[in-house]
Amino acid sequence: MTVIAGEKPALIWALRLSVVLLVGLWLFPTLGLLVSSFRTSDQIATSGWWRAMFPSEQNLTLRTDPPSAQVQEGDLYVIEGRLFAEGTESAISAWGTSAREPAAYQPGETAELRRGGTLTVTEDGAYRLESTEEISGKRGPRVFVTATVPPEFTLENYETVLVSGNATDNMAKAFFNTLTVTIPATIIPILVAAFAAYALAWMEFPGRALLVAAIVGLLVVPLQLALIPLLKFHNEIGIGKGYIGVWMAHTGFGLPLAIYLLRNYIVGIPRDIIENARVDGATDFMIFVRIILPLSFPALASFAIFQFLWTWNDLLVAMVFLIDATGETTVMTKQIVELLGTRGGNWEILATSAFVSIAVPLAVFFAMQKYLVRGLLAGSVK
Amino acid sequence: MHPAIQGLLTIAFGVGGCVGYFYFSNLVLDRVIFPARGVHIARNIRRANMIRPWLFLLPALLALGLYLAYPVVETLRLSVTERVPGGGSEFVGLANYQQMLAEAKFWEALQNNFLWLLVVPAASTAFGLLAAQLTDRLAWGNIAKSLIFMPMAISFVGAAVIWKLVYDARPEGTDQIGVLNAVYIYFGGDGPMQWLTIPFWNSFFLMMVLIWIQTGFAMVILSAALRGIPEETVEAAIVDGAGPFQIFFKIKVPQIMDTIVVVWTTITIVVLKVFDIVFAMTNGQWETQVLANYMYDKLFRANDWGVGSASAMVIMLLVLPILVWNVYNARREMR
Repeated sequence: MTVIAGEKPALIWALRLSVVLLVGLWLFPTLGLLVSSFRTSDQIATSGWWRAMFPSEQNLTLRTDPPSAQVQEGDLYVIEGRLFAEGTESAISAWGTSAREPAAYQPGETAELRRGGTLTVTEDGAYRLESTEEISGKRGPRVFVTATVPPEFTLENYETVLVSGNATDNMAKAFFNTLTVTIPATIIPILVAAFAAYALAWMEFPGRALLVAAIVGLLVVPLQLALIPLLKFHNEIGIGKGYIGVWMAHTGFGLPLAIYLLRNYIVGIPRDIIENARVDGATDFMIFVRIILPLSFPALASFAIFQFLWTWNDLLVAMVFLIDATGETTVMTKQIVELLGTRGGNWEILATSAFVSIAVPLAVFFAMQKYLVRGLLAGSVK
Repeated sequence: MHPAIQGLLTIAFGVGGCVGYFYFSNLVLDRVIFPARGVHIARNIRRANMIRPWLFLLPALLALGLYLAYPVVETLRLSVTERVPGGGSEFVGLANYQQMLAEAKFWEALQNNFLWLLVVPAASTAFGLLAAQLTDRLAWGNIAKSLIFMPMAISFVGAAVIWKLVYDARPEGTDQIGVLNAVYIYFGGDGPMQWLTIPFWNSFFLMMVLIWIQTGFAMVILSAALRGIPEETVEAAIVDGAGPFQIFFKIKVPQIMDTIVVVWTTITIVVLKVFDIVFAMTNGQWETQVLANYMYDKLFRANDWGVGSASAMVIMLLVLPILVWNVYNARREMR
């Protein structure tokens, strides 16, 4: 970066810092959800996700191996082992044998057990339980430790949400339903709008200007108005609640912007190209398919991304026109809202489900950002 | 049948039907009705070309008329009718509107909507302008922009989950897992707060979600506008000794005022229609109701089409000035 006249170096640093701050602020909430989706429910419930990235000090309740693991050394009965699973690098700073004094001993010290015998725990979690009599019972004695535990991440939540979960947790079906809604609801309006935009841009017929004005007006009509009249209409023509209805609804609601964007773009295609093709004997249909469609790819792509994001992220239209009492056609957004209601506390399921549902749009967003921005600029600024 | 296969079949059916219409309707027009051969070839081509625009426009006109134009009229009609037990409906004049105006929840929704209209477009545009200006000359400005723009791709429902985690509260004495409470307690706040249940202020916590989403949109458009400012005007100001703040507020902002207005209006329309955020986060409890959610409540929970339609008309009324202004601008440009 070059220093521009009128800007002081100190100011440039302030500028850089504020951009970092702003980006951090905008990224932080999403990052929280992403991190949470990889943590176990216990971890999420007991510590903030921002601590998950670093080793953290935690109070844990663990057990030694059961008495069945004891071996006889001379006249001593001994259980030896490690409190943590193999390969984890946890460091114990204090430990105890009763819930009332969970930090009574330092690592390396030896404690008298209430039921007889002594227990020694070292810093790395290795313990040695000694007793002069045979140790009885089913489970080993409890050990309370304060330990620094390294960050731990798991894919278990994704497994639950995508594969093994029960009806409310599993998103696989909702995922396919969402796709079934989204793909036709993206392609159909583009096709319909492209033909209409071509007609409005290059064909001569009475009432053209009026139609364009009407479409600009319809751009801002809130779709809330459409809910009741159209639900009645869908019921009357017999499609009720289902995919066809929801595609038609998304097509109708997406069309004004699609026609508006595409017409603005197609009008800009040089007149010569089209007239030359006409002279060569091409029909309008051929001109459209062979010339207009390939040339307007950037505009088509930008609208396609918008429509994809809207239909994927939509809740209202799906709730009104698609989801029926059987719940067979539930989309992801609706299922997440239900999870919010019934499982408001189960953040591991909630976070993972939400992340599954935003992963696809995010991927599309980052892959196709160029076109998205182009479309935004074409639609909003002259 | 596996849902994936079922989905693929329905997709093929839907898209295929659409492609088929355009292909076959043109085929029929050119080959059967007005074939481009025989004695009347010239007349036939001319006639085919008169009909073709309408062939191209037909699906779009049908969809627009049915899904956007007709509902405006029909909702207006429904808003002055009442369902009669046993089917049918009768004209009741303005009774639905009177009933709606008498409800406290409606006024709460209207009041909140005005708050949203006041705060969200202003804050989004301001943050967007700030981000656009700050990232303008940075080498890694584009990466920063992508990251601020990213929430645009996230659904309102996904954003609701994300922010619910931010606002989460745990019982006093335990570790807070919501960032806001953690920060609040770190800076000496007394005990965790249930942010979404504090009347009046909770609306702002909901608005924050929409601001977070819309800032990226404002930023992208405003930064294109900033790029479009002629360098000479800025250079002249520097020569005259203007500081960076003067350059920004007195040279740049006035030049992109038109774009700022467009961004502002676009976000205003989004705010008027916003439904998902409130629905997913509070469902209008604790005095957070907004018009769109109030309408949904009336239509599908109270099952009162009359009052629901009346409140939809209120939303339409609020959009109307923008609609008129848009059409006016479009017609001016066409000339």
